[in-house]
Amino acid sequence: MLNAVDISNLTVKYPDVTALDDVSFAIKQGDFLGIIGPNGAGKSTLFDSMLGLNTNYAGTIKFFDEDIKKSKTYHKEIGYVPQKPEFENNFPATVSEVVRMGLRKKSDDKKVDEILQQLWIHELRNRRIGELSGGQLQRVFIAKALVNDPKILILDEPSTGVDQQSIDLFFSILKELNSKQGITIIWSSHDLDAVNKLANHVACLNRTLFFHGKSETFFSDDKLVKQYSEASMQEHMHHH
Amino acid sequence: MSFEILTYAFMHRALIAGTAIAILCSVMGLFLVLRRYSLFGDALAHSSFGGIALGLFAGIYPLWTAYGVSIISALLITKIKEKYNISGDASIAVLLSSGIAVGLVIISFSGGFSLDIFSFLFGSILLVSVDDTVAIVALTGVILMIILLLYRQILYSTFNERQAKVSGVQVDKINYLIIILAGVTVVTAVQLVGVLLISALFVIPNVTAIMYGRGFKQTMFISMTIAVSSVIAGILISYVFDITPAGTIVLFAIGVLAVTMGIKSAGLLSKN
Repeated sequence: MLNAVDISNLTVKYPDVTALDDVSFAIKQGDFLGIIGPNGAGKSTLFDSMLGLNTNYAGTIKFFDEDIKKSKTYHKEIGYVPQKPEFENNFPATVSEVVRMGLRKKSDDKKVDEILQQLWIHELRNRRIGELSGGQLQRVFIAKALVNDPKILILDEPSTGVDQQSIDLFFSILKELNSKQGITIIWSSHDLDAVNKLANHVACLNRTLFFHGKSETFFSDDKLVKQYSEASMQEHMHHH
Repeated sequence: MSFEILTYAFMHRALIAGTAIAILCSVMGLFLVLRRYSLFGDALAHSSFGGIALGLFAGIYPLWTAYGVSIISALLITKIKEKYNISGDASIAVLLSSGIAVGLVIISFSGGFSLDIFSFLFGSILLVSVDDTVAIVALTGVILMIILLLYRQILYSTFNERQAKVSGVQVDKINYLIIILAGVTVVTAVQLVGVLLISALFVIPNVTAIMYGRGFKQTMFISMTIAVSSVIAGILISYVFDITPAGTIVLFAIGVLAVTMGIKSAGLLSKN
């Protein structure tokens, strides 16, 4: 089967630090991959490279066998949900206007309505974006990412600063998207338990690829989990 | 007050040209305000002053040289900002003073201030010719058409550049386009309120409209309504009381803003 994503020998060097060192892994269509790693492990750099925001890398990144440096259409396959939906707090746009921004086709009211309903934000569609709670905003941004029927959904640590009820809803939405609609999900997270519960594959990143494989393998290996936790902890203490 | 003033041809031209400019400035201004480029219009207007002086000095129709200088300055400011990592407000200040400085030097070469310069500094909507009116309406139409065609891309890159880029919007090109369109808009609007009050037309109706509107289109519509009413009211009031139209237009718009702020403080508008 065709790989949804194929990353080989990805290396990103900044003047003072190597952010990613020879990272290679592949993601099959329909996989739910959790990417974990301490702060500064290169997760953002990896995402920026996959999303076309950073082109200054060695190695190749392919979506459905197409090199993203050569393809102009690969954006169509990807939906992206940012870590924090950053916008001017008083930006005058309604929920449905924000979702529509993502819409590539001229206008597809039915599709927008469908997505809004699927994500439990249909009743918010005429509300101004700045009035929403963190959890509601998160679902608006997932809706925006999904409105073009992407094959791959990339989510950047989106569960921070959101209440528990919204987090649970968010997880169930992800699960449904992956299992019922077959959307490949790449999700960067700090929450090991959540990754354990949701993702069927894990990539553990700390500038190099520390582990990539089935979640069961990772989470049943206490040594691996411990090593990861220690790396995280060291990084955590380093940051404070 | 009689309705006689509405029968004068110059008044018709002023109202038509004024309405077109009001619509154009409020639409462009909304994007500029949301991109935190509120003073950009002001900087371009001041640099176009240099262009106007150049035109008058060289005997070329001053608006043409103003268009050239304004667009070149707009591109220059963007390049300088990127290349030398100068902050937005500082680069605007540089552009703003360079335009006036160049203008002043050229004017002193040509033997001092003329009436023409004053009409560009303070606006001269009542003197606008048939040709000018046609040109203003046509330019407004073209710019609005471009914005309409690229509406989603422009809105998306104004909302969040990063996400727009990921969705395949060519954000860099859109940014340059916005800047060029702003340059053209500014010079077109100079005839209405003059170099000194341009940013008022860009900013005030939009700041007001953002307090009322829920969605983007609604906000744009409210802003247009405020801008057009300010221009029409300003032109008519100024004629009746024989005062400057530019100042009256801007004061009217400021009045609408003040009333809106009052309503908002009284808690009659939603929290955003």
